[in-house]
Amino acid sequence: MTHTTDSPTASGPAGPAPDHTASPRRAFLDSGGRAPWHPLARQAFLQAVDDGWADPRRLHTEGRRAARLLDGAREAVAAALGARTEEVRFTASHTTALHAAVLGATAARRRVGGDVVVGAVERAAVLHAASDAAALHSGTRRVVPVDRSGRVDVEAFARAVAQPGVALAALQHANGEVGTRQPVTAAHEAARAAGVPLLVDAGAGIGHDAVPDAWDLLAADPADWGAPAGVGVLAARQRVRLTAPWPEDADPWAPGGVSVPAAFAAAVALQAVAADRAEQDARRRALVDRVRHTVSQIPDVEVVGDPDDRLPHVATFSFLYVDGEALVTELDRAGVAVGSGSACTAATLEPSHVLAAMGVLTHGNVRIALDRSTTGDDVDLLLAVLPGAVARVRELLGVDGL
Amino acid sequence: MTEGIPGGAEVVVDARGLRCPLPVIRLAARARDLPPGALLSVLTSDPAARHDVPAWARMRGHAVVGEEPVGEEQQDEDADVPCWRLTVRLGPAS
Repeated sequence: MTHTTDSPTASGPAGPAPDHTASPRRAFLDSGGRAPWHPLARQAFLQAVDDGWADPRRLHTEGRRAARLLDGAREAVAAALGARTEEVRFTASHTTALHAAVLGATAARRRVGGDVVVGAVERAAVLHAASDAAALHSGTRRVVPVDRSGRVDVEAFARAVAQPGVALAALQHANGEVGTRQPVTAAHEAARAAGVPLLVDAGAGIGHDAVPDAWDLLAADPADWGAPAGVGVLAARQRVRLTAPWPEDADPWAPGGVSVPAAFAAAVALQAVAADRAEQDARRRALVDRVRHTVSQIPDVEVVGDPDDRLPHVATFSFLYVDGEALVTELDRAGVAVGSGSACTAATLEPSHVLAAMGVLTHGNVRIALDRSTTGDDVDLLLAVLPGAVARVRELLGVDGL
Repeated sequence: MTEGIPGGAEVVVDARGLRCPLPVIRLAARARDLPPGALLSVLTSDPAARHDVPAWARMRGHAVVGEEPVGEEQQDEDADVPCWRLTVRLGPAS
């Protein structure tokens, strides 16, 4: 029997899930925010396509069946996040969840003020939404700097949230580009003391790492833990006031309704990855340690992010005198898929704001996020081809003895 | 050799219009021929260079001593992209 990732239903719902890394010639190491589907996510998705295709807001048998799947998914996600079921809402995507959290929480607190405090390496969706929210409510977006490892200055964060007129503070659980964990527990204590709600973007951590119970609003990304894209998660403690930032709709947090198969698959995958998280943590942490150590032997490289207090599956490094786009292309040709935060890999001329805020080299950047299906052989393939790829790109640029 | 040292000729690398990592490469190539303590400037229109020149300087033991927007008179007539002048003082030869 043959099946490919291009025709995922070829083997039928009961067939084996495609192994995205089965080919000895390809290693997919760019799983951040869009991981290969967990086999159980695929199974759940196909089941929900059959059982949950109807509009869950309708009152007929088909609609009620879809509603049951959606309710079950919400309950399961809430349990995994340590939240009450009614505190969890599905959104259309992780980005939408972040937009709704920032715009919704600031709108509800506009009488307090319009300032929004954010860490410098928050996701672009948070930074942009914070700018919009501040502009809407005559406030200012206050950006708290990070150190060379990408960790926010928690004392500066505490001082910023204690100022009058702060509607919302946002700090990610960990940075998805460089892996560094943030001091969310201390930040949450400071925010609570100031009476300011804290939004924790846990999009890069949920499913991979223990996320402390230190949030008022929490956003999580199913596509990052091996579920289909097309659904996001926004949790808000019941004490937090929120005003939906869109025109009135029967589903205020996902106007038009969410995809039941996507939400159901997200919940099943989250339960699955929670079950063996410790084991996957140790396994992937060891692989990342190997990558960090071996890459640091290549001349003129900066391995960035905290070496210990970090996500288990993310590694990032920048090579001096290397064109990031050329390096990604060179590695892809050699069978290894990686990400990059270099400016030349983006549509704009701007490099990753994360690397820039850390003060580390932005060109020649490679970032990897290991999936649970990533093997030691995949990592070895990267480490085998990387020195040659770097040397070739440097040679093309005429770099010699610099 | 008086290039780049105080009182000597100013050394400027014009990397305007070049994208990362070329401004840093041009700067490093010029730095190779200059003595420790020399002042070396690069003109760049690449936003990434504003981050990467300081990072390069840190990795090589040099010090960034100035960053300023370049005035209109130094830009190309029809160029409307912002430009910067970054100046480094070269550290001891490694």
